[in-house]
Amino acid sequence: MKTLRQIIELCRLSLLSLPQRAGSVGVIVVGIAGVVGVLVSLLAMRDGFQATLGATGRLDEAIVLRGGANAELSSRLTREDLTVITEAPGVLRDSEQRPLVSGEVVVVLNLPKLTTGTDANVELRGVGPQAVTLHRGVRISQGRLFERGKRELVAGVGAASQFAKLTVGTTLTLAGEPWTVVGQFESGDAHESELWADAESVQSAYRRDGYSSVAVRLTDAAVFDAFSAALKNDPRLKVDIQRTRDYYATQSQRLRRLIEVLATTVAVIMAIGATFAALNTMYAAVTVRGREIAILRAMGFSGFTIVMAVLLEALALALLGGVLGGGLAWLMFDQYTVSTLGQNFSQVVFAFSVSLPLVLSALRWALVIGFIGGLLPALHAARRPLPAALRSR
Amino acid sequence: MNYGTLLVAGLFRRRGRTLLTLASIMAAFALFGLLDAVRIVFNAGADNAGLNRLIVTSRLSLIQPLPFSQMARIQALDGVDAVAHANWFGGVYQDRKNFFPNIAVSPSEWLNVHPEIKLTPEARERFLNTRTAALAGSELTSRFNWQIDQKIPLEGTIFPNKSGSNTWTFDLVGVMRGDADTHQPFEGEMIFRYDYFDEGRLRDHGTVGWYVVRVRDPARSNAIAQQIDALFKNSDAETKTQSEKEFNLSFVKQFGDVGMIVSAIMAAVFFTVLLLTANTLSQAMRERIPELGILKTLGFGNGTVCALVLGESILLLLLGGLAGLAAAAALLPQLNGKLGAQLPPLVVSASSWISGLGIMLIIGLVVGLPPAIRAMRVRIVDALAAG
Repeated sequence: MKTLRQIIELCRLSLLSLPQRAGSVGVIVVGIAGVVGVLVSLLAMRDGFQATLGATGRLDEAIVLRGGANAELSSRLTREDLTVITEAPGVLRDSEQRPLVSGEVVVVLNLPKLTTGTDANVELRGVGPQAVTLHRGVRISQGRLFERGKRELVAGVGAASQFAKLTVGTTLTLAGEPWTVVGQFESGDAHESELWADAESVQSAYRRDGYSSVAVRLTDAAVFDAFSAALKNDPRLKVDIQRTRDYYATQSQRLRRLIEVLATTVAVIMAIGATFAALNTMYAAVTVRGREIAILRAMGFSGFTIVMAVLLEALALALLGGVLGGGLAWLMFDQYTVSTLGQNFSQVVFAFSVSLPLVLSALRWALVIGFIGGLLPALHAARRPLPAALRSR
Repeated sequence: MNYGTLLVAGLFRRRGRTLLTLASIMAAFALFGLLDAVRIVFNAGADNAGLNRLIVTSRLSLIQPLPFSQMARIQALDGVDAVAHANWFGGVYQDRKNFFPNIAVSPSEWLNVHPEIKLTPEARERFLNTRTAALAGSELTSRFNWQIDQKIPLEGTIFPNKSGSNTWTFDLVGVMRGDADTHQPFEGEMIFRYDYFDEGRLRDHGTVGWYVVRVRDPARSNAIAQQIDALFKNSDAETKTQSEKEFNLSFVKQFGDVGMIVSAIMAAVFFTVLLLTANTLSQAMRERIPELGILKTLGFGNGTVCALVLGESILLLLLGGLAGLAAAAALLPQLNGKLGAQLPPLVVSASSWISGLGIMLIIGLVVGLPPAIRAMRVRIVDALAAG
């Protein structure tokens, strides 16, 4: 009980002397704020990317590609393939008994980006009549859906936020012909970075016969194996079948890993730097207050209470820095929308996501730095021989 | 005792504090070395691009093929020196993780427009005369430990071949090397012959992915680019011609603003270093004011004292900074291993060392100046009294 009271009293003392040490205290706080801010921002980027691509694809949806093709862009399927796939077992049908299957054509367009004004790739997906029912979550947020057979398209809200010329009512020239943007759609996943149009219109405009991929909604997730086996064993087909969730996870794997490795390396180096900075500051703090601490010890404060007080101070400063850095990252980057080159050579739009668990885990880094930075100087202060400490200036 | 000894003695007056400061500076510059390497990799294509080369792609989209017949018409334009063509093959070696660009090219023309590719005469000879020949960049051969004459099987993800399988087999006949220190994109690529590829594939015969055009006079490249596009305007295959640099940059830009992210992190890091070092130095100076008084009494001029303090701060930054860059240079090979082949190898290049050195000097000056001025201005009487 007495120890606790002593610790509280010492903490109050340190708190009172903080303003006089503003410079060195600032170093700890800013240093740790920097580490946490950068860590949170980089991980928020990773999480945002993950969330967008992870949300794309489900367990009860399948994507069929030409055998050996590893992305839609390198795959080609014929109209006959589509018919065979439509008749496979396990395909879900709607209330009017139409199978939920969509033959999709993917082409890559150049459009100027809003931020840089330079051209970047955007994916134009020609979809079958069942696509909007098949891909759950797709919702027209503005305007209307394209009409079949017409040169009309709808833009995903992600694409519309990154590219010029995608507002409803605009006319674009694609493959030498005018196309009208008649609406925008939301889907909450990677499809938001795409433009959608009728598959037949895209095929005729780009002189493409057949499809890039076939999307299928299954009656339930468990039926996938039977569906996949049926297509694999069909001599008329040479295809690869994946659940859409697996497909999109593989597509994003490389970039995810790149961000992960770089973010961790940067954060570790920064954390090492900040630990040394914290050590330096706390050593300076206990040196400046060396005599004061010696007097306290002479008065009967135990070494333990002094260690605790210094440690608590370091932890508090680290926490302050961490909260500052996390808060700053949140203010600047939460929902900050960027786009990068994703699957199919095209831009995928995603938003940074600064979540509470992310900030909390970054705060743990801050506390570790504070702990190491405080402990050694605290032990040093508590162990110093009293006579020498009392004589110090 | 010369000034150098005096500087070092001053710096290590409080060894613990100096070492800790050095360690933080080292961390900051290790980070600088790493991020600058990333930045350079993302800009590499643009920096190494030949000024006299143009890239002709389809106007519709990068993936739309162009007819082979365009080659002769481009070649015939005034000012065009040579034309080569290429197809993106998209083959996979063993595992999808082992990604590298592999391209079907017109052999002699391709080597002709890319004089920076260094080959042994034997390799060149065999590449030009063997239908199934392939050349691999030096980075690839060391990554997969390929030997000359080895058969390299690639799984064609875009192009199945006539035999009904996806496997294409190539004979490795040579290694493409670049100049000593700068990394060139082709060191991580594999090229093989268009004739073998076009015969073997099932569709799109007689089409190419893009043309590389070498112009005689770089100053005229813009005009020639426009002429090429005008040539095919309103045809079935309209073209889009860019300088190689523009073309590469447009790819880099699509990855997002790497430069912006890197600069933002570096700004945060250097701001912290600035604060930390400034704080340490001003603390150190405050303690040493009586000593400065003694120095001045001994006859050291105000200017000399100022220079001593500045020198100490710059020395601190240089020691920590160079150690940091060296640490980055040691760390990067490990990181390259972890990243697999997602980026070309990251290295601390000569330009990073130079710009790093510049930053060390600048920060050293900025943080050293205020205490140096204070040291210069302090009067002997006050300084001695402060003791």
